[in-house]
Amino acid sequence: MNRDTDIATAVPAPARYTGAAASVRRVRAVLRRHLYLILRSWTRIVSMMYYPTVTMVVWAFLTIYLAPTNSFLKSAPGFFIGAVLLWDVLFRGQLGVSLTFIEELYARNLGNLFVSPLTLGEFIAGQLTMSVVRALIGVGGACLFAYLLFRYSIFSMGFALIAFFVCLLVFGWAIGLAMSGMIMRLGLGAEELAWASIFVVAPVSGVYYPIAVLPGWMQSVAWVLPSAHVFEGMRAVLLHGEFPWQHLWAALGLDVVYLGLGAAVFAWAVRYARNHGTLLQMGE
Amino acid sequence: MNDSDAAIVVADLCKTYGAVEAVKGISFAVRRGTTTALLGGNGAGKTTTLSMLLGVLTPTAGSVSVLGEAMPRHRARVLPRINFTSPYVDLPKRLTVQENLSVFADLYGVRNARLRIAAVAADFDLGEFLRRPYGTLSAGQRTRVSLAKAVINEPEVLLLDEPTASLDPDVGDRMRTYLEQYQRRTGCTMLLASHHMGEVERMCDDVIMLRAGVVVDQGSPSALLERYGRDNMEEVFLDIARGRGDDERAAGGGADEVASL
Repeated sequence: MNRDTDIATAVPAPARYTGAAASVRRVRAVLRRHLYLILRSWTRIVSMMYYPTVTMVVWAFLTIYLAPTNSFLKSAPGFFIGAVLLWDVLFRGQLGVSLTFIEELYARNLGNLFVSPLTLGEFIAGQLTMSVVRALIGVGGACLFAYLLFRYSIFSMGFALIAFFVCLLVFGWAIGLAMSGMIMRLGLGAEELAWASIFVVAPVSGVYYPIAVLPGWMQSVAWVLPSAHVFEGMRAVLLHGEFPWQHLWAALGLDVVYLGLGAAVFAWAVRYARNHGTLLQMGE
Repeated sequence: MNDSDAAIVVADLCKTYGAVEAVKGISFAVRRGTTTALLGGNGAGKTTTLSMLLGVLTPTAGSVSVLGEAMPRHRARVLPRINFTSPYVDLPKRLTVQENLSVFADLYGVRNARLRIAAVAADFDLGEFLRRPYGTLSAGQRTRVSLAKAVINEPEVLLLDEPTASLDPDVGDRMRTYLEQYQRRTGCTMLLASHHMGEVERMCDDVIMLRAGVVVDQGSPSALLERYGRDNMEEVFLDIARGRGDDERAAGGGADEVASL
């Protein structure tokens, strides 16, 4: 502080944005806070691409090994690679939301955010947007390597890819919001939820096999998950060249329900934290 | 005091956590453009009270009004006009000071954020470490950054939870000077929780004393010094915290003042 400066004349009073303009800036603030972190650190960018790329390479070599003797893979050689990349859209979508939240807990910044004019809706909008950025970096890197190493382009799926991407991302958001809520409720000791929760839906999503191979009761569970409809749809596109509209509508409808549930869990956790005074103290 | 003269009005405010009563029906008002200290020992209910004023803690009973708006119901109208600093929260450590201030300028909807950041950076001598990550700063430097963040939106009400903790006497003095000048320029209302009694004597127009979640006394520093027959606020604080003078207060002015709020 400048003891000798008379701030009565030195500092102009700041004008404020109001209404929608202010709201957009608050969402931008959440986004900027995380973009500053990511864009400065090449290790963060590499770590986002690392897992999907390595998994994709493993499945690609498995395809190369099995394709000569397997008629299914002969007719759809990009099946496993496409499945890996789409699964990672779901994983990155969920992780993007949960990690954006956990980052605030690590930084003990949640109190600053919740006493600012930032609304819960704006905070969630910022988290979801960051999740898109993370998914694009992580899956985008793996897609690039898939093309460079194996000449496989996920864009060969055409319009279906965009539809599948959106359905999986939104389902990832729903799980991410619910897990963020659980971590807020249970504390950072439960942060493993952010990494592990998504794998609960993996066996019933039919990422690498048709839902029909599951036992009856698991099939019933599978069909209430958007991810099962997406991967079933992906197989229809790759094997039969047909776009499965019924699966798309089912996935989108279920996404709306799950996103609502995820947001409700997160809002419940914030309410709980407000009642129990944990917002200011929460952190490492 | 008229409610229209008050920037903060607290009435019968309670907060319980299960069987624990952290705040037990306190009432007080803070006049616009003044600095009021919220004092008390550890666990007296200061941070709980500040949290309810900020809308991050839902009261069990009672009401809080800030700048004429009920909290937490109308927090969206109030929060752009107030700000706070507290040792219980931190800023993202890997972001530079400049980046942190940019983020909070956006959060508070500050127009011409670049100019505003330059102004507060000059006020708090942040220029030399604006581009350094916040996590690499000393405790004192971090406190200065936190205060710069707290005035980034030029708040009409500033809630300060131990604002000069971890500052050396020189920087602490400069910070108090800044806050005094800031208040003169803007007419800001300040509520200060502090364990630094010299700071309270110097800066505060009023003092609210909390003990075990109850307002046990209230008055200007000079009135409290006179009432307790002490030379400084440190001794008054010890008297009140240790329950000395409870009988005199019950018989005399302090209790009446509190009851009249």
